[in-house]
Amino acid sequence: MAASTASAALSGNPNLTSSHKPHASLSPHSNLRFSTAISPKFPFKFLTTIPFTTATTAASTRRSTTVTASTTSFHGLCYVVRDNVDTDQIIPAEYLTLVPSNPDEYQKLGSYAFIGLPSSYETRFIEAGELKTKYTIVIAGQNFGCGSSREHAPVALGAAGARAVVAESYARIFFRNSVSTGEVYPLETDVRICEECRTGDVVTIELGESKLINHTTGKEYKLNPVGDLGPVIEAGGIFAYARKTGMIPAQTA
Amino acid sequence: MASPTISSNYTTFIKKDVGLSAFSLSPSSFSVPKTKRRNSRKIVSVMAPQQSPRSPSTTGSVKTAMTMTEKILARASEKPQLIPGENVWVDVDILMTHDVCGPGSFGIFKKEFGQNAKVWDREKIVIIPDHYIFTNDERANRNVDILRDFCTEQNIKYFYDIKDLGNFKVNPDYKGVCHVALAQEGHCRPGEVLLGTDSHTCTAGAFGQFATGIGNTDAGFVLGTGKILLKVPPTLRFVMDGEMPDYLLAKDLILQIIGEISVSGATYKSMEFVGSTVESLTMEERMTLCNMVVEAGGKNGVVPADSTTHKYLEDKTDVPYEPVYSDEQARFLSEYRFDVSKLEPLVAKPHSPDKRALARECKDVKIDRVYIGSCTGGKTEDFLAAAKVFHASGKKVKVPTFLVPATQKVWMDVYSLPVPGCGGKTCSQIFEEAGCDTPASPSCGACLGGPRDTYARMNEPQVCVSTTNRNFPGRMGHKEGQIYLASPYTAAASALTGFVTDPREFLQ
Repeated sequence: MAASTASAALSGNPNLTSSHKPHASLSPHSNLRFSTAISPKFPFKFLTTIPFTTATTAASTRRSTTVTASTTSFHGLCYVVRDNVDTDQIIPAEYLTLVPSNPDEYQKLGSYAFIGLPSSYETRFIEAGELKTKYTIVIAGQNFGCGSSREHAPVALGAAGARAVVAESYARIFFRNSVSTGEVYPLETDVRICEECRTGDVVTIELGESKLINHTTGKEYKLNPVGDLGPVIEAGGIFAYARKTGMIPAQTA
Repeated sequence: MASPTISSNYTTFIKKDVGLSAFSLSPSSFSVPKTKRRNSRKIVSVMAPQQSPRSPSTTGSVKTAMTMTEKILARASEKPQLIPGENVWVDVDILMTHDVCGPGSFGIFKKEFGQNAKVWDREKIVIIPDHYIFTNDERANRNVDILRDFCTEQNIKYFYDIKDLGNFKVNPDYKGVCHVALAQEGHCRPGEVLLGTDSHTCTAGAFGQFATGIGNTDAGFVLGTGKILLKVPPTLRFVMDGEMPDYLLAKDLILQIIGEISVSGATYKSMEFVGSTVESLTMEERMTLCNMVVEAGGKNGVVPADSTTHKYLEDKTDVPYEPVYSDEQARFLSEYRFDVSKLEPLVAKPHSPDKRALARECKDVKIDRVYIGSCTGGKTEDFLAAAKVFHASGKKVKVPTFLVPATQKVWMDVYSLPVPGCGGKTCSQIFEEAGCDTPASPSCGACLGGPRDTYARMNEPQVCVSTTNRNFPGRMGHKEGQIYLASPYTAAASALTGFVTDPREFLQ
């Protein structure tokens, strides 16, 4: 299941890629039209006022555990890292020759997620020979994803099968890339949970209730509300969200 | 789109009405060419009535004092005024991408806008292969081919191609490191918005423009629309005064700042550099300063444009540009002041750019190699600085010293420019006498490790003093390698002793 949902995340809905045809509304002229359509105030109204229900669109079926933004939950093992884990540790530069928009290479990128972590991390995120991780939730300290702007970083985590990162804070570009790709939920907490959780603990994230439950320790933690970002990530990124909400024309076969 | 914890602070920035006096720094005489330029982009029909001949932010009729960054974004979003925390759609002047993120960005562009879609403006996209060039890695080579195919298909005006990897000099179009090439080719201009799929895109802030790094998906969107949604950052102001001692370089200043505010101290924020010291810096030194704002988490860095900027641009661009400046009463999140005359040469110890230490405090750290190169420390003046130290010492290096000029132009300078005060010798002559490795083909090289066969990549767990920008684990290759970030002076001095060394040992 993880494999199919993850690949869908990048290649999009099959009807977006396989049956796509050149389309009048996507000509340069329509770009002009589009740019006037997104007058500065317009999208923000959308972000705040459009009620979001996922049952109505195909895109929402991408994540099988997803029902609506308010009831989304993730359950699984967590992988714990510390402060200032930079993009070189998430996906080292030597693997950046892989092009994330190419489905085969997307999978491969995932198999290298966190391979740059020092050997002091004895439990590896992905076991040797595996393509996927068994840890669906990453728990981190401050400034997660600092360093380069490589979108390969959130893509690698998502392609590996991670669904969410919970950190005290994020580097700006990583945070934005996570949202725009819809690969992982970059969730925040004010608690230093990277010192309270251990790799392998069983955790649940209740997105609607903004909480994380560590079943292994029996502790509960408050998360900062995901807010307007939730629907964007749930839709599968900014393009999918924009199509879904009518900000940009839907692609037709 | 950003973290809610940050946006909640912004209301404190809302400014009461202030007079217009603060706008004395906005040269309204520039508004004529600017209006022309904006119109040529907006008019879709010759009969279209002119909507907004002058945006209020440039005529002085606005009521809220703004920082440079706020003004640039206000103009690019056609808003009279902006305050930090506002989200705006911004018109992009230049989008840059390279061989690492270009193919993925093009993939997203095609997927989302259609296989036959055209980019929003073929003259505003700059494509610069620079990361993995001189390698036998097939996928890396293929990625440069993907760039070429896209540029041909889209008739992209600025593509700095390389076809013959055996000898970069036979590729007249090839430049090298994107951030240095952008400046040298005249793509960096005051007052504009420049985006790039590389975190060090912030380098261009040295020209008094808004410049920041973005991911592939955002770049795919910009390719199709020429627009991006941005949150207006609050600004941290760094006032650097005092005469710069002749043993310091801009690299020391930015390491000082990052050490002060930490690797996340400027997250989501703009960093503005002013003061008499900054005014005295050359363009390349200002680029070094802005280059590493991302190492403090910064969204962008800016240096106000001045005569140094205009002079640099004189023979590089014909595009009219219009600088903007922070109002006297603009609100800054905080202000930091430094007396530069009291600073000493610095390093950032492994494994974080904010692990600041005095170079002389690390004199017992034995090193295995020195690397001089990258967008941060591989510019012409960086090599001139290193050569000056080697020449002053009259000695030979004690550890392998790798030199990777950022661009073809820098490489030419290394071989042709006489180093001031060194009897007419060029950098290359001095490097050879000092026993350095021969300057390599221009590219990002080993700054970020790269494919295994990358020149000077750290394939062993060694200790390196480097003029580059990051020293996180594995950055230059080996995960257990240790990188000390330093200025070209300090790097050269360290090469001469085999230990981390304060350059004053040779410069005084």
